[in-house]
Amino acid sequence: MIFITVGTDQPFDRMVRVIDRWAGETGRRDVFAQIGEGGWQPSHIAFVEFLEPVEFKERFARATLIIGHAGMGTILSALLHGKPILVMPKKASLGEHRNEHQTATARRMMALGNVNVAFDEVELREQLDRIDSLQARAVIASHASGGLVEGIREFIFQGGQRS
Amino acid sequence: MSRIRPKVLAIASGGGHWVQLLRLRPAFEGCDVVFATAKEGYRADVGGAPFHVIIDANRSNKLRLLRSAWSIFSLLRRERPDVVISTGAAPGFFALKIGRLLGIRTIWVDSIANAEELSMSGAQARSCADLWLTQWPHLAREGGPNCFGNVL
Repeated sequence: MIFITVGTDQPFDRMVRVIDRWAGETGRRDVFAQIGEGGWQPSHIAFVEFLEPVEFKERFARATLIIGHAGMGTILSALLHGKPILVMPKKASLGEHRNEHQTATARRMMALGNVNVAFDEVELREQLDRIDSLQARAVIASHASGGLVEGIREFIFQGGQRS
Repeated sequence: MSRIRPKVLAIASGGGHWVQLLRLRPAFEGCDVVFATAKEGYRADVGGAPFHVIIDANRSNKLRLLRSAWSIFSLLRRERPDVVISTGAAPGFFALKIGRLLGIRTIWVDSIANAEELSMSGAQARSCADLWLTQWPHLAREGGPNCFGNVL
């Protein structure tokens, strides 16, 4: 099952439309989408507007592949579950988000080897046509570790100067 | 004044902010942690730890921002933590801002999503974060924000 998610904030019709059309043309049936409140409703794939966190986790765990907006919740969940992931950044200029950070997030996370990225509709369709060859990246540990955790611990337990 | 186990309020909006906050849990070992976020549905994520739902808001709704700030003020008064930590967004900023006024030590960990510049809340957190962090080394500056690593 391919799990599509647009995140908790706003719909992402631009992405859902391309996937719906692809599913219709290829007869792909194993697609389930979370489209956001008031999102454009696809006709070839099953969908809900919103998933409670527990349902979201279940869908995620069962999925073989994740396609989503370039939100860190989605990306971290895919890395945690060891699922292949394709993301498309939302654009504030198109009213899809409050600022343009998702393009930078996607680019940086791609450079770190964590995600596959489609920067626009054309790239999304290209990636969809070879979606089954997408590989999962390295699984991350269940929690953070290293310098960030140590630095926060030190501050909590020993206080510290204002940074 | 000082407790043997420090009390930490860990607060964030939903979605990616919340996922990142949860990944920082090893930093709170040995502390009494109280979690706060915007949705009741996240309660299952924290096991049996104390969990509060606060009002989320963003800059598009000023009245809701006020209600959010008030819900956070009430929470801080009730819980009286030693440290407040947030990964964003607006509610986390309020928690640091109000927390600092109440004499609570504060930590801002800017979301790893902000790879090009700090978030708006993250930039504003400069005024009220005792520990002010970005997760991207190239955004760290002399005088802050610092970068100690990331949640991955």
